[in-house]
Amino acid sequence: MNSQFLAPVDKLATDIPGFDLVTLGGLPRGRTTLVAGTAGSAKTVFAAQFLAEGILHSQEAGVFVTFEEPPDDLRRNMASFGWPIADWERQGLWRFVDGSIQAHDDDHVVGQYDLGGLLVRIEHAVTSVNARRVSLDSLGAIFNRLHDGDTVRHELLRISVALKRMNVTSVLTAERTSEYGDISRHGVEEFVADNVVILRNALEDEKRRRTIEVLKYRGTLHQKGEFPFSVTPARGVTVIPLSAIELKQRSSNLRVTSGNPDLDGLCGGGFFRDSVVLVSGATGTGKTLLTTEFLAGGVNSNERCLLLAFEESREQLFRNAIGWGVNFEEMEAEGKLKVYCVYPETASLEDHLITIKDLVAEFRPHRVAVDSLSALERVGTIRSFREFVIGMTSFIKHQEITGLFTATTPTLTGGASVTESHISTLTDSIILLRYVEINGEMRRGITVLKMRGSMHNKDICEFTIDGCGLHVGKPFRNVVGILSGNPHMIAASEIERLDELFRNP
Amino acid sequence: MTHADVLRLVLYVTGDTTRSAAAIANLQEIQKLLNGQCEITVIDVLEHPELAEREKILATPTLVKVSPPPLRRLIGDLSDQALVVSLLDLGGGFTVPKQSIQRF
Repeated sequence: MNSQFLAPVDKLATDIPGFDLVTLGGLPRGRTTLVAGTAGSAKTVFAAQFLAEGILHSQEAGVFVTFEEPPDDLRRNMASFGWPIADWERQGLWRFVDGSIQAHDDDHVVGQYDLGGLLVRIEHAVTSVNARRVSLDSLGAIFNRLHDGDTVRHELLRISVALKRMNVTSVLTAERTSEYGDISRHGVEEFVADNVVILRNALEDEKRRRTIEVLKYRGTLHQKGEFPFSVTPARGVTVIPLSAIELKQRSSNLRVTSGNPDLDGLCGGGFFRDSVVLVSGATGTGKTLLTTEFLAGGVNSNERCLLLAFEESREQLFRNAIGWGVNFEEMEAEGKLKVYCVYPETASLEDHLITIKDLVAEFRPHRVAVDSLSALERVGTIRSFREFVIGMTSFIKHQEITGLFTATTPTLTGGASVTESHISTLTDSIILLRYVEINGEMRRGITVLKMRGSMHNKDICEFTIDGCGLHVGKPFRNVVGILSGNPHMIAASEIERLDELFRNP
Repeated sequence: MTHADVLRLVLYVTGDTTRSAAAIANLQEIQKLLNGQCEITVIDVLEHPELAEREKILATPTLVKVSPPPLRRLIGDLSDQALVVSLLDLGGGFTVPKQSIQRF
C-alpha cells in the first residue's frame, strides 16, 4: 500500500486559548469545520477570533464572509476584544466579503439561480490577500434570505468543496434551536462539514455555563465531552481544557519554609517547593493566620508571593496581618507581595480562573495562597467548581509554584467540605485545623493528614494563637475522636493498658 | 425622456453556463418587449470579481435595475417574464404595444 495516500489529517493550530488542547492540535488543515450554537453562544466571536489569532500569531491572512452583521458592526464589536480589524484590512491581512442584507435588497426571485456570485467573491478575496483561514458567519442567515432550502444547501456544498480546493482552513457557523437537540437548524451539518464543533450556553441552577464540544472530527482524534469556556473582553474565547491537563508536572525535593517553624517541624522540614497544600478548618481556627505566615515566610526568603483573597477585604487582611506582626503594605511596596481581593460573585468561576492565570503569568510568583477556596463554592454549580479547582491546582503545579489553599469546613468540629472532596487527591499535603472541645473548653488541634513523598508527624497536636502567630504544643494524648467531631477524654490508665497490648512479650 | 429616465439594466452572470445563457436570452426578450428602450450590460463575475464585490452580488444571475429609481435587484434566470416586467416597476402605466415588438 502506498503510504502517501494515507497521510494523516494535519491540524492547524488556531491559537484560540485552550482550543488546540481540546482538539489535540487545532482544526483539521484545509478542511471545513461547522461551529454550531444557539443564539448568544459566541459563534461570531469564535469565527472572528479564528482569523484574529491567525493574524496575531502567524501573520496568516483571513477572509471573513458575513451574512448577518454588516462589516462596520463587526469592526466595532470586535474592537472590544482588541482586534484592530480596520488596520488589518489596510495591511492586507483581513478581508470582508459582505453578504449582509443591504438596505435596498428585497431579493426578488425570478427563476433558477446559484450562489456563483458569492463563490467568486470568496475566491477573489482569498487570492487577493493569500488567505489561509476563512470564516463564514452564519449559514442560517442565507437560508432565511433565499428561502429555497434545497438550492442553498446544494450551493453551500459547492462552496465547501471550493474552500477545500483553495486549501484554506475554514470555520462555518450555524444556528441551533436548542442546546441538546438537532445539530443545526437547516440540517447543514450533513453535507457542508467534515467536522462539527458545538458551542453551548446552557442555563444550570440559574447560572449560565458556556461549554464547547467537538462532536465530530473526521479522520482524526480529539478530546471527548464538553469543556467549559469563557468569553472575556481582553481575549475573546478561552477554552478551559480540564481533562486535557496532563499529569506531567515535575516535582522537586527542595523544601521551603511554611513560614512557621513549628509547622515545618510537623511536616518533616517544610513544604516541598512545587507542592500544593490544603489547609482545612472551621471558621476561626487560624487558616488566614497560616496563610499570612506562609506569605511572610516566602517574602522573608526573598520569594514573590501572590495572595488571592475571596473572603476579606484588603483593609481587613492588612489589619489582621499587622496584628500578627506582618506588614503586607511594606511587602507590596517592595514588590514582593501582590494581594488580589475580589468578591467571588463578581465573576463566573471560568472568569476567575482566567484572571488568576493572568495574574500568575504577569507577577510570576513563587508562592500562591488562596483564602479561601470554599468561598468560591457558591458561585457556580458543583460541576463548575470541581472543574475550577482541578484547573487551578494543575495550573499552579505546572508553574512550579508552592500553593496553599484554605478550605472552610461547614461544621465547627470535625467534618469535611465540598472543597476538600474535590481537591484532596490533587493536593500534596493536607493540614487539618480542628476545634477540640474538652471539659467545656474550646481548644485547637492541628495535624498533618498527608504529606506526599515525606515522613511527617502523625500526632494531633494542640496549638495556640497569640500576637506572634501560631504555636504548636503537645499532642492530645488522652483525647480520641477529634477528627470525627466527637472528642472525648480517656483515662491515663486506659492509655497504659493499650500500650501494654502492643508491647512485644 | 431625460437621461436619468433611461432604463439601465445590469445583468451579473457566472461564466458561460446554460443558466447564464438562459438569463441573457430572457433579458433580450424583455428588451424587445420594451421596444429596445433600455441599455443592458452583462457582467461575467468570473472575469470581474471586483464588480461583484462592489455590488455585493450573492446569487447569479442577478439583474440590477440601475435607473430610473427605485433600485431593484432580481435573482434568477428571468424565466418569469411577466414577473420581471412588473418587478422592474416601470411606472407611468407602462404598457407593451403589440405593434412595437420588433422581431430580429
